Amino acid sequence: MEILMSILAGTLFAAGVYLILQKQLLKIVLGTALLSHGAHLFILTMGKLNRGKPPILIEGVKNYTDPLPQALILTSIVISFGVTSFLLVLAYRTYQSNKTDMMDQLRGTDDE
Amino acid sequence: MMSNIVFLPIFIPLFFGALLVFFNKKQKITVNLSFLVVLLSFGVSIYLSYHVFSNGPLILETGGWKAPYGIILVADKLSVIMILAVNVIAFTAAIFAISSVTEKMVEHYFYPLFFLLIAGVSGAFLTGDLFNLFVFFEVLLMASYGLIIIGGSKHQFRESVKYILLNLFSSILFVTTVAFLYSVTGTVNMAQLGERVAQVEQQGILTGIGILLFIVFATKGALFPLYFWLPKSYIVPSPIVSALFGALLTKVGVYSMLRVFTLIFSHKLELTHTFFIWVATITMIIGVIGALSTSNVKLIIAYNIMPAIGFMLLGIGTFSEESLAGTIYYLIHDMAIKAALFFIAGLLVWHAGTSNLKKMGGYIKTAPIMGWMFFIASLILAGIPPFSGFIGKYLLLRGAMDEGHYVAAGIGLLSSLLILFSVIRIFIGAFWGELKEEPKQPVRTSGLAASAVLIAISILLGVGAEWFYPYVQAAADSLIDPQIYIDYVLKE
Repeated sequence: MEILMSILAGTLFAAGVYLILQKQLLKIVLGTALLSHGAHLFILTMGKLNRGKPPILIEGVKNYTDPLPQALILTSIVISFGVTSFLLVLAYRTYQSNKTDMMDQLRGTDDE
Repeated sequence: MMSNIVFLPIFIPLFFGALLVFFNKKQKITVNLSFLVVLLSFGVSIYLSYHVFSNGPLILETGGWKAPYGIILVADKLSVIMILAVNVIAFTAAIFAISSVTEKMVEHYFYPLFFLLIAGVSGAFLTGDLFNLFVFFEVLLMASYGLIIIGGSKHQFRESVKYILLNLFSSILFVTTVAFLYSVTGTVNMAQLGERVAQVEQQGILTGIGILLFIVFATKGALFPLYFWLPKSYIVPSPIVSALFGALLTKVGVYSMLRVFTLIFSHKLELTHTFFIWVATITMIIGVIGALSTSNVKLIIAYNIMPAIGFMLLGIGTFSEESLAGTIYYLIHDMAIKAALFFIAGLLVWHAGTSNLKKMGGYIKTAPIMGWMFFIASLILAGIPPFSGFIGKYLLLRGAMDEGHYVAAGIGLLSSLLILFSVIRIFIGAFWGELKEEPKQPVRTSGLAASAVLIAISILLGVGAEWFYPYVQAAADSLIDPQIYIDYVLKE
């Protein structure tokens, strides 16, 4: 199960990096979303998958799921949700004011 | 009970920042209230520093969960020095804001974002937990994303998109690295990490994870070759935002390196820290080349951030008591002087109506105080004795030479000279000669006052080095021996 999850996380990372290297702004934003999904799955895998076990240590229970990675993922998901939504708005406004969403045209030497 | 005051430097700006969201249409209330908040926070940070230096580090275990299990905040000597410096910057920024923050900016939530930034930076300095460091990084980055686009001009959007994408990528890398570290060591508490990494003598994979963390912090701190996002994106927002970014954001990256590579990954010095020295040296060279390559006043100042970061990394790489003390000294000095220079550059650009050095000239007649203040600030930046830059650089370079890093020290000296040249070029170009164009607007007094406070602090840090140095030395001593920190947090 861990190997499968690792491969999935790796695929998400690869797809995310591929999208980040594109020129179109929207694709880059989607790439960062995929990357953060990959990172979240990766945290889950790193905390050892243990199916059907309680997430806390009670007396007598020796086999338990580590709750910390889940807490970390929850925090991380909220953050990446916020940042992604902000980034989408920003990408739209950038497109509106610069009249392009291609990264190679979004540069300039003018000081203003 | 006493340990609860550790929380205040984060809580005060966070609470009032959230409160000020409701007053975005009432400029007068907002400005007055924010001034009070800054003073309050400043007072608390002075008390906290006094307490920590007289009674030892304070540790807050949130929710009563004991150290390695719960989230902890640690106020040790290094943390409180940084907190004090942050609050000085916040105080002067509040003075500068009086004349530079327009009604429009207040309406677009400048003050709430400003306080969130301060809360995030303070949190990053106080946390004793690697994952929480990530969370506070996100808090301060979110605030910075908001601040960088206030104004909403075309080039601001263009540059801030790149800034945000790069920081987002490095944040994702940070989470991934924390996951790696958790799977190897089974903890995210920094003290426990230090203990466990020491137990296995930082074997192969741990050094790899350490370098991954270095890449994350190097992106935040703009080190070679991850610096390219910095100069352009730091000059597009309003001068006060540039000053806050230049003074605080990159320094959080340096602080994290200082913490992580003394406490956790300090057992394979010949691998990691030698690598840092080379990165530091190249960063200095690239930084001064950038500063000399342009005639945009703001861009020159922005490029000057990089050699400073290079100097601090040189101190971390040298890893001796003296060089770490030098790093801390230089860190404080650089926060004050970068803010001052960004302030004055902002005032100059408003005064001249352009940021192109070639169109300026002769402003010493119309703005003599600003001109001489810029001159003194340039000397402080380059490290001319008796100013604060000299003390920091002296400690750093002597530490580097004692350890035999002559090439790095030599390049450091040379780059100081070029730094002086790059900023004196502004002084000569903008203030000397005949008046080329009539100034567009008078110099704003509150801006001058804010810069004057920062320059006075820098001079005091240099002239009064004998008073301040023991405190910095004490902070460096506790860095060189991580066991002190670990014992204190885990109470062994």
